[in-house]
Amino acid sequence: MNSTGSPADIEGYLEDQASKTTLRFLTCGSVDDGKSTLIGRLLYDSKLIFEDQLAALEADSRRQGTQGGEIDLALLVDGLAAEREQGITIDVAYRFFATDKRKFVVADTPGHEQYTRNMATGASNAEAAIILIDARKGVLTQTRRHSYIVSLFGIKEVVLAINKMDLVDYDEKVFARIVDEYRHFAAGLGLTITNIPMSALNGANVMGGSDLMPWYDGPSLLEWLETVDVSGGLDEDPFRMPVQWVNRPNLDFRGFSGTIASGRVEPGLEVQLLPSGARSRVARVVTFDGDLPTAGPGEAVTIVLEDEVDASRGEVICAADDPIDTSDQLAVHILWMDEHELYPGRQYYLKTATKTVPCVVTELKHKINVNTMEHQPARRLELNEVGVGNLSLSDRVAFTRYGNNRELGSFILMDRQSFATVGVGLFDFSLRRAENVVWQALTVDKFSRSEIKHQKPCVIWLTGLSGSGKSTIANVLENRLHDLHRHTYVLDGDNVRHGLNRDLGFTEADRVENIRRVGETAKLMVDAGLITIVSFISPYVTERRMVRDLLEDGEFIEVFVDTPLEICEQRDPKGLYRKARAGEIKNFTGIGSEYQAPENPEYVLSTVDQTAEESAEQLLKFLADRDIVQR
Amino acid sequence: MREVMAEAENPVMLYSIGKDSSVMLHLAMKAFYPSKPPFPLLHVDTTWKFREMIEFRDRRAAELGVDLIVHINQEGVSEGVGPFSHGSAVHTDIMKTQSLKQALDKYKFDAAFGGARRDEEKSRAKERIFSFRNPQHRWDPKNQRPELWHLYNGRVRAGESMRVFPLSNWTDLDIWQYIYQENIPIVPLYYAQSRPVVERDGMLIMVDDDRIPLEAGEVPEEKVVRFRTLGCYPLTGAIESRADNLATIIEEMLVARTSEREGRAIDKDGSASMEKKKQEGYF
Repeated sequence: MNSTGSPADIEGYLEDQASKTTLRFLTCGSVDDGKSTLIGRLLYDSKLIFEDQLAALEADSRRQGTQGGEIDLALLVDGLAAEREQGITIDVAYRFFATDKRKFVVADTPGHEQYTRNMATGASNAEAAIILIDARKGVLTQTRRHSYIVSLFGIKEVVLAINKMDLVDYDEKVFARIVDEYRHFAAGLGLTITNIPMSALNGANVMGGSDLMPWYDGPSLLEWLETVDVSGGLDEDPFRMPVQWVNRPNLDFRGFSGTIASGRVEPGLEVQLLPSGARSRVARVVTFDGDLPTAGPGEAVTIVLEDEVDASRGEVICAADDPIDTSDQLAVHILWMDEHELYPGRQYYLKTATKTVPCVVTELKHKINVNTMEHQPARRLELNEVGVGNLSLSDRVAFTRYGNNRELGSFILMDRQSFATVGVGLFDFSLRRAENVVWQALTVDKFSRSEIKHQKPCVIWLTGLSGSGKSTIANVLENRLHDLHRHTYVLDGDNVRHGLNRDLGFTEADRVENIRRVGETAKLMVDAGLITIVSFISPYVTERRMVRDLLEDGEFIEVFVDTPLEICEQRDPKGLYRKARAGEIKNFTGIGSEYQAPENPEYVLSTVDQTAEESAEQLLKFLADRDIVQR
Repeated sequence: MREVMAEAENPVMLYSIGKDSSVMLHLAMKAFYPSKPPFPLLHVDTTWKFREMIEFRDRRAAELGVDLIVHINQEGVSEGVGPFSHGSAVHTDIMKTQSLKQALDKYKFDAAFGGARRDEEKSRAKERIFSFRNPQHRWDPKNQRPELWHLYNGRVRAGESMRVFPLSNWTDLDIWQYIYQENIPIVPLYYAQSRPVVERDGMLIMVDDDRIPLEAGEVPEEKVVRFRTLGCYPLTGAIESRADNLATIIEEMLVARTSEREGRAIDKDGSASMEKKKQEGYF
């Protein structure tokens, strides 16, 4: 770099820097394709390695290197200690370098199938991708997988980097054969492909051209990176800005802060806020550095509207003449990222742009084999699997097809207990039924139905192990309520499985569906005004919470029949524990399958030292205290 | 920053007084304008910071009208913990790492902004922007939340927390460029000036007060030096330099061949040492 050093030079330099664009790109390839060596080469040749790092690298190369004492550039890149030992890149690592023309952010991701999620993470913010191929091996299963994920996550510009040309004598025929094979395979993926033969090890066609391959007259990798156009036309799209935060420093100012997702905004623009539907006009575009006459994609601004509009975080402000779609029923692609499988029917939180809502995967249509792109039937999604299905949201959200806009077309799914991010997805389209199926408003409602019964309808949900005494207690309790002229109904696990849920088994997926149906049934009964007693093992916290959320506040009374496993097993009224221990029943709760005790149940019954009559009496008193029954 | 504000109940900004903190604070002033940043600053004071840092800290907080919390590990103070008596590892652990955890627990912050960057060090290159911490404040590099697009997941349960690094994808050069472009005030120690120093283990250590034990016959020497990174003065090496304004600092950087963290003594105890410190809760 120059060291001419007068302040004027530096100012000129800084102006150049400020006007440089940044390209974010992804590198994908396997351990042996030389990916880390390639990135190391880019950093090394662009002089971004400092002396002390170089000294450490030389020492590391002698100790762990694979290049026989030569500098091993891959060691520059492999970050975490555990990875260094195993010799593979586990996570996504970000690297930075710059040339005179552009700044670069490299997302370095591992290539094994078990790291599909990491690759997707790198792809989500990348504008271009380098797919590495070992010239000796050609197009492999992993090449297909990488290409599919790159395409799924909306990257259009791709370099097929055919590496290790030094090991095939820089043979043009090898290169041409691989290019041909790849073109054939990638035809339907919608990628713009540039093929470059290279050797990351000696730098051929990485930074500049190479005498070693005179037959190649295309760009070097760096030339391509410096010039590829990834602008994407967001500027011309209709204006959209998700509201992140309502900015109210005092009573005189009320603005909506957010980052513009697409289009341009200026004072006077007519806008609509969705999903609420409110309309207004932009009065000011406020920033710390003064009001702006206009602002575009990626800019973080605060918008003041002409009217007092009551909008909150999660709304999207958009151009009124071309508003964003809203829906609560959506067809989506999902990539599952958690060790615990996704099951249709289970509830998650969905976050898209700045809005978070509870949601359910109502249907899983198929999963996609990421290696072959074949559709396969699926009843669940496992870690790193991609599936296509339908989502039902508890509230309408503003959305765009992912292909049109990444910020408004993407979502994450969070676990309802741990809040961990368990999956990510892409919106495809809104399902019609959301618009066409209107809730039929009935004149006789829950209140009027329950009023003539002189009771408050509710669900008394007895959960506990098999043999804990749930059904017996439910029976006694219903008898006592009946004596008090209350209108009741008991939904019993075993009985329901003889009819409504006859088609369900005992796998985790079926247990989830089992509880969902019972929950919906209980909800109908509450709507009918009944005191509904449910006696179900219902082993999972998530499903019990799902039922709680179906009902109104105070209607769900979770009763934990807290009988220890040893006692249930001693009682073994149906002989099931004996069979489970003998291996005759699989997935038996408490033995082959987990029981998750309630964290905050409304009531805990300890059945060890008391009869079912005493337990029912306790519950009755509790219900009376809650004004659910008068005694 | 706005996402954190919208999702966390009780956020705080860790303010180390260095150039990255200055940039982060400046960005916060922008993000929430015309509101003030709606969270306090927290400085974990080891009691061994350069005096000029402390003056700068108090002045900036007053000028900007933001709340400043200063936390000192009083147990460490009463036990007389310091870098000279206990060594850099023990001092850093007790006065910085443990002290930070104390402060986070005391005020029950569920989200804390930090100024760390991914280009600083290899293990940081893999840390999320929203970095989940368990109730013991530990970072688990093998079990991080996936972070795609700009969809940050800041939800935590009681006792758990988030460390949030808004400058993750900035490089050192970006920081200096932005300071220049936005005219952001920084501690004068970054600028070259004549300062009294002694040489220790190849590092130039500034004699900032009389707590530094001088060897028999050792006399501090006046040298024109500046600092590329700021921390506890006994652990922070100065470099000889004539760069006394931003343009010359940036120019010096461009021709530099020694990376930034070399001036910090704590990184040298083994090449995976930063990763280990981070897992234990150090920033």
